[in-house]
Amino acid sequence: QVSAALKEGHVTPTELCQRCLSLIKSTKFLNAYITVAEETALKQAEASEERYKRGQRLGVLDGIPVAVKDNFNTAGIETTCASNMLRGYISPYNATVVQKLLDQGAVLLGKTNLDEFAMGSGSTDGVFGPVRNPWSYSRQYKEKSVPKSHSKDKEPDWVITGGSSGGSAAAVSSFTCFAALGSDTGGSTRNPAAHCGVVGLKPTYGLISRHGLIPLVNSMDVPGILTRCVDDAALMLGSLAGHDPKDSTTIQDKFKPFELPNLTDVSKLSIGIPKEYHAPGLSSEILSLWSKAADLFRNAGAKVVEVSLPHTRYSIVCYHVLCTAEVASNMARFDGLEYGHRSDVNKSTESMYAATRREGFNDVVRGRILSGNYFLLKQNYEKYFIKAQKVRRLIANDFVKVFRSGVDVLLTPTTLSDAAPYMEFIKEDNRTRSAQDDILTQAANMAGLPAITVPTALSERGLPVGLQFIGRSFQEQQLLTVAKWFEKQVQFPVIQLEEVKRHDHGVFQHQKSSSFS
Amino acid sequence: QKVSVEVLDHLEHLALVDFRDAEGVERLQKAIEFADQLHEVNTDGVEPMDSVLEDRCLYLREDDVTEGNCTKELLENARETVEEYFVAPPGNIPLPKLGERETFLQDS
Repeated sequence: QVSAALKEGHVTPTELCQRCLSLIKSTKFLNAYITVAEETALKQAEASEERYKRGQRLGVLDGIPVAVKDNFNTAGIETTCASNMLRGYISPYNATVVQKLLDQGAVLLGKTNLDEFAMGSGSTDGVFGPVRNPWSYSRQYKEKSVPKSHSKDKEPDWVITGGSSGGSAAAVSSFTCFAALGSDTGGSTRNPAAHCGVVGLKPTYGLISRHGLIPLVNSMDVPGILTRCVDDAALMLGSLAGHDPKDSTTIQDKFKPFELPNLTDVSKLSIGIPKEYHAPGLSSEILSLWSKAADLFRNAGAKVVEVSLPHTRYSIVCYHVLCTAEVASNMARFDGLEYGHRSDVNKSTESMYAATRREGFNDVVRGRILSGNYFLLKQNYEKYFIKAQKVRRLIANDFVKVFRSGVDVLLTPTTLSDAAPYMEFIKEDNRTRSAQDDILTQAANMAGLPAITVPTALSERGLPVGLQFIGRSFQEQQLLTVAKWFEKQVQFPVIQLEEVKRHDHGVFQHQKSSSFS
Repeated sequence: QKVSVEVLDHLEHLALVDFRDAEGVERLQKAIEFADQLHEVNTDGVEPMDSVLEDRCLYLREDDVTEGNCTKELLENARETVEEYFVAPPGNIPLPKLGERETFLQDS
């Protein structure tokens, strides 16, 4: 809708950019952005305005403000991965996905906050501090929260965004941008999307280029897309997908961008409900929402069947081993020599490396590096690493069997519960939290399948809950079509943010109408 | 079984990252226990999976130079450079052994 408005001239790219920038300033307490690229964003907006004046816009994304997670390289803009190791690092190049967005005329507002090196499920472990869920400040949440009688703290009991792409989710959810890029290795795009009430899409592994995305687990990472509606996600996907000669793990098949049909007849669909996703710890609220969703499909004529993915409960353990092993390898590049933080210790190369890494990495990262190295030791290689790779195949095969039996799309919960208050969340350490929270999202990464979380309803505490659809490899069109139908059925409410000052009702209403397509 | 101090020391050398305190060692211990659950799964006859794209051919291109000449940009981010070199402290000096360096492991 915003894109149409830009085309019609109801609003100009620079106006849009300025509104987003000022909204970012007034929502600074959310801590969603690490770097706001104000000057470059305004320049991009001005260039876009010129193009609109000449009637030569580059495409639907021309002039649309977007945000990018801070583990994507952006030329000339600081890229930190929320770590001391890369503080002050100015990338010399743009990640392919960033370049694609810029080539389409999108306006890059800034880099969003995350867990350090994308390790975590709360966006609480970065060096720039935790990200606050915008819904903590919504009327819907405040109405439901029990006022604390003896709380000296004037701060409300704010909830986490989920992670690790929490900044991106918060940015999209609080209307400071129209779409954001995240990354998804174990659920890092879908988890915060569900907690912040936005759409989070994890594309099939190999569809979107990882060139320029600072890697965590090379065999599972994908760039993720966060938007306010499924149509927008399809649009973003259309701009980003396709083979990249700079990333040899992208498939060579030609990608055809698609528009989503408005599905009215679901009778030919077969929806699978994997029983193992009724995981321990799943809140009864989400369980009932999941069940209602299944009924929704059934009543509309679709075939809804219970299926089994027997190795689901091992996906977290498997991920734990494979992730730490790949992390141990990927983090080895940070030695202080070519870029990033460098320690002053100068006695020897090794002692400089060791000191640099001690100073640059936080406990989470160091813990994973050490665990990874342990699993890769010669005496442990077969027992842990190879074993995990075998279990990975079993997990991937589970999905193949289910899809081969005629199921089109799987329907599962995205998270175990709604967003936890920050004070509760930090009581457990990062690894425990990740193990708990990633359980519903991780297996899709293991098998490389596309998955999308769609905001479904508000919980009893007034916080968003999302449900996840997992599709067949490279069948994003089918997946998104089903997701769009579902989105239309559930009519998820718009967040009612009170602390945001509204400068102009007119344009704010525009932004509130959620989509840019 | 607990991880021996020799292995912990070996890990510190390999990773060039230190455990820093008892919590670090405890974390590794827990990570190993967690990973041990893998052994419950029967993987007889199963091949390890490296990549989900294993059924496809890897993309190869012609061996032609298509980019480069960006020495200046590459050197910009390094803290210590001399002309077109990255400067490193003297190499080939291994990290001091367990007894000789300041590490938490000494006390365990």
